[in-house]
Amino acid sequence: MAEMWVNMGPQHPFNHGLWTLKVKLDGEVVTDADPIIGYLHRGWEKECEARLYPQIIPMADRLCYCSSMSWSHLYVMGVEDLYGIEVPERAMWIRTITDEINRISSHFMWLAAVGTDLGNFTIFLYGLREREIAMDLFVQLCGQRLTTNYPRIGGVRNELPPNFLDACVRFADHVDFRMKEHESLSVQSKIFQERTIGVGKISAEEAINMGFSGPNLRACGIPWDIRKKDPYEIYEELDFEAAVDNGGDAWSRWMVRLEEIKTSCDLIRQCVERMPKSGPIRVKVPRKAPVGTGMARIEDPRGESMAYVVGDGTERPYRVSIRSPNFVNTSLAKRLCMGYKIADIPAIMGTIDICIGETDR
Amino acid sequence: MEGNANKILAPSEEAVIQAVQSHFAGDVDLQSQKARRISFKAKRERLFELCTMLKDELNFAHCSMVSGIDWVEHMQTVHHISNYETGVLVEILVDIPNDDLVVDSVTPLWEGANWHERETFELFGIDFKGHPRMEQLLLADDYKFFPFRKSFKVGRQI
Repeated sequence: MAEMWVNMGPQHPFNHGLWTLKVKLDGEVVTDADPIIGYLHRGWEKECEARLYPQIIPMADRLCYCSSMSWSHLYVMGVEDLYGIEVPERAMWIRTITDEINRISSHFMWLAAVGTDLGNFTIFLYGLREREIAMDLFVQLCGQRLTTNYPRIGGVRNELPPNFLDACVRFADHVDFRMKEHESLSVQSKIFQERTIGVGKISAEEAINMGFSGPNLRACGIPWDIRKKDPYEIYEELDFEAAVDNGGDAWSRWMVRLEEIKTSCDLIRQCVERMPKSGPIRVKVPRKAPVGTGMARIEDPRGESMAYVVGDGTERPYRVSIRSPNFVNTSLAKRLCMGYKIADIPAIMGTIDICIGETDR
Repeated sequence: MEGNANKILAPSEEAVIQAVQSHFAGDVDLQSQKARRISFKAKRERLFELCTMLKDELNFAHCSMVSGIDWVEHMQTVHHISNYETGVLVEILVDIPNDDLVVDSVTPLWEGANWHERETFELFGIDFKGHPRMEQLLLADDYKFFPFRKSFKVGRQI
């Protein structure tokens, strides 16, 4: 049969965000694929060069609306490394808690989106139901649902609202309790198993070489978690294990993220129990940064994200460079889709957890 | 692991610095060292050799990031390479003269550097020699300028 190129995107039900996956089809089988990105390229890194250091924090939120807390956190960590300042201990605990709440809400958003991709609308409704509680926590904390603008260079913006920590523990317990429902909807469903097991398989060696990171890499059996291996904030003091699965397919990526939600619930409880109950949450920083470079790396909900900030002694950065985990993960589309049927593509690319805001920057 | 018996799986920061400095004396300088962070400055000709050594002998299996900086008098590429066992992140700075913007591509070693190099190529105009597909990625195909260079002004300061 004659082969033909089919454009899936820029507007297509399977892609969350504006990007195109060109696939070459032989009948139903994918023989080649070419992802096309750049529709959302805003020149983010160049825009930073025209702004003051604190003005970039709300811009960093917009890199990915699902995990805005991690992105602004990453940016301020990079700038703090450039300034060479120590953050107060209580601020580090607060940042860890907010990061983990963000991870849970991001994973639920992903769970909901992939659920509909695979034809299970109940997963979507249940996923968003849980995420709504995390959104309520963010509203309490900083008045915003998505673009939180909470971390600051040298600490965090404001003190926790009254009873916030109790609400965090209640949230963690609630999510833990509800995970049984999510498992029964997906993991125990025969249709879900048929659509994900053995689909989009990639070996550990290839995944490492091609730059996979985050839950996608851990689904290949590599326990590479920056919270463990290159700890930042207070992750070193917390007791947890990175979720790992050995399949390397869409099913494993699903299982790893479900497990990560439980781990994050546990981390929130540990933090609330052990964090200092009072103390400073922010230090003052000078307006002008020193000459030099700052480097930060955190475990984003989607993988390894890095910020590289170059200062030239003025109040504006000379260059800001961002490593987005999805920028690299999307480049694997060809390798992941080849040999599978076109109907498998939503399961394959959906479980990568693509967010175009950070991919295009 | 690729048949290299001399490979050190989890080299300490000192072991990495010592191995690099003994092999590349004079061509690769140590810039700075912090906990799990090492910064080298390499001569352009030795970059690929240095990366090969990091990958094959010191088990740096993951290329985290490749980016560029325009210092106006010259360009610079910044490679960040990580080790999965120890979490050590090596930074390699390479200066490139403005009149010859070419540097060796590390994509043959780490496929993960592929899009990062394409991005640096289209935004800064630095050509990566040996890259399988040096084409536009983020920008439209008809862009004939390099928007991340300092000579390209964004307009006003905010």
